[in-house]
Formats: sequence, C-alpha cells, structure tokens
Amino acid sequence: MAFGRSSRTGAMHAVSPVEPLTLKILVAGGFGVGKTTLVSAVSEIRPLRTEELLSEPGIGIDDTGGVEGKNTTTVAMDFGRITLREDLVLYLFGTPGQDRFWFLWDELSQGSLGAVVLADTRRLADCFAAIDYFERRQLPFVVAVNCFDGADHHPVVTVREALDLDPEVPVLLCDARDRESVKDVLVGVVEHAMSLARARRQSLTAGT
Amino acid sequence: MSDSGQDRPTPAHPHWFDDEAGPVVRPYAMTRGRTSHPGQHRLDLIALVVAETAADDPVWDMTLSPEHAHILGLCRGRPQSVAELAVELDLAIGVVRVLIGDLVDEELVHVTRPVPPAELPDESILREVIDGLRAL
Repeated sequence: MAFGRSSRTGAMHAVSPVEPLTLKILVAGGFGVGKTTLVSAVSEIRPLRTEELLSEPGIGIDDTGGVEGKNTTTVAMDFGRITLREDLVLYLFGTPGQDRFWFLWDELSQGSLGAVVLADTRRLADCFAAIDYFERRQLPFVVAVNCFDGADHHPVVTVREALDLDPEVPVLLCDARDRESVKDVLVGVVEHAMSLARARRQSLTAGT
Repeated sequence: MSDSGQDRPTPAHPHWFDDEAGPVVRPYAMTRGRTSHPGQHRLDLIALVVAETAADDPVWDMTLSPEHAHILGLCRGRPQSVAELAVELDLAIGVVRVLIGDLVDEELVHVTRPVPPAELPDESILREVIDGLRAL
C-alpha cells in the first residue's frame, strides 16, 4: 500500500496501535433539509459542541435575536465516524445551517476532501449560501437533492439550472434516510474530488 | 453592615443563572480559564491524539485531573481524533483542545497532523475511500 505513512508511524511509537489516516467530508444545506438524517444513515452520529462564538467573530453578530433564544453561544454540529478500514477513517461533519456560523465553516472546510450540499426542491434557495461558499473556496462539492415524500420530483436539469451550477458539479438525487443512497452520494463526492484534482494537475502540466 | 444581598445593583444582565450564565463560563473552569494553549497550533478537528508509552504508567490516573485522565484513557485504547474526544467527554471543542495541549506538554500524548489543507490526498487513497464506502 503506497500510503507513504510508514515513516510517520515509525518505530518510535511501535507500541501504539495503528494511526489511521483521517479524512473528512462536510454535509451542508439549509435547516431541516435532512443533514442529520443523512449522516446517521451511514454512521453512528453524535453531537459535537463548540462554544467559540462569543470569544470569536460571533460578537456583535450574535445580538440579531437568535435562532434559538437559549444557548446562542453553543453550536452543535452533527458528527459521524465511518471506519473504512483499520487504518482509514472518514469523518462526516454536518455544518451548522445558519449563516452567522461561517467562521466554523472555515475550520471545517480546511483539509476536507469535499462536501455534500443537501437540497430540498421546495426550498432550493436555502442552499445558495453553501454553494457560494464552496465555489469560492474551490472545495469540491456535489449537490444531492433529497427526494422527500410528497415533494415534486424535478429533473436534475431543472435543479442544475435553478442553482446556476457549473457544468462539472454533479447533481444527484438521493434519499437521505437510505444507507445505499447516501453511500452513493459520498462516493460521488470523492469521485468528483478525484476528477477535479486530476484536471488541476493536467492544467498545471499543460501550463509548463 | 447592610445585607450584601440587598444592595446588589440591578445588573445590566438581569439573569445570570443556570443557562442564562451561558455555557461559555463553566466548561473553561476545567482549563483554569485558559481558552487557548500557548505554543500549540490550533489542533485540527480530525488530528489524531496518540498516547505515548509513558502514558501507560497508572500513576497518571491519580495525578491528573479527571478530564485529563479520561482523555488519556481513551487514547490508550486507540488513537482518537480531537472531535471524537470532545464528543466522548461531552465537552466543547475549545476546552478539549486546551486539555490535549496540557497532555502534549507532559509528553503523554502526541498529535498527528492530518492531510495538509489545500492538498488532496493521493489518488490511491481516494480510491481506497471509494472502495471502503462501497463495501460498507
């Protein structure tokens, strides 16, 4: 396995168990679109707490009459762990939905493989902010349309047009409750990240 | 001597009890008020905390604070990410970062760096991830 990690896990820590390689994928989208459901479909889910809002850029913004009046200083994120192999672990982070938590997104998106933007066709505008964010950061993302019962099923082309997506951004239909469906979405993110990286490499070599 | 409870001025913040006091205050009591750790890079959420062999000495369980000992105990089992430790201890990430920093200072754990930002892992690793996901 050409992981190039034997040096890192070298003899010094021979006693320690395997140090797995850790990767992360973000799950973004508007409130109530099914992020928690999606994460829990493929992994054990636990709430991860952060309270940094008051000590960081939240000051001044936080007065806007909170989303939940209580505990405006605590942000809980969905957090899931998928053990792909003993030495390979994928973490899922459900990004907090509200715009005022952007500073958390910066930390979350750093070093992440890519992102899922979960969309509800009844409220497509809810995911505009996430799409803008990932486009600006050039973080690979796919749009996964959560096909709610009772929601009209729009063809992918219509969704793509409504979101004004770049042609290479994959749009997938999914059921956030369904494990197989969510696996496909995650595979879609990694494949997309891979093809973007390949394209980037090619343009670099072409440039020289 | 008037009753000190009586002449407490009307506070600007009328409710400072329980939840109203904000969750910011209490968790950081464990870190003795520190919100960051000197000389410590901000630990990535998926950076792994690995116990050193020195951590196996049972003396640490008696000398460390319960939270430090809890972290160390979890890491002895297998390396834990910063995020997992926060979830496991049910503490905010900021608090756990400070506590981990203490353990690094004591040379009881070391922290591995995840894949550097803006640098995608090897294509072979991405393939492994895809295969792993499909096999779930």
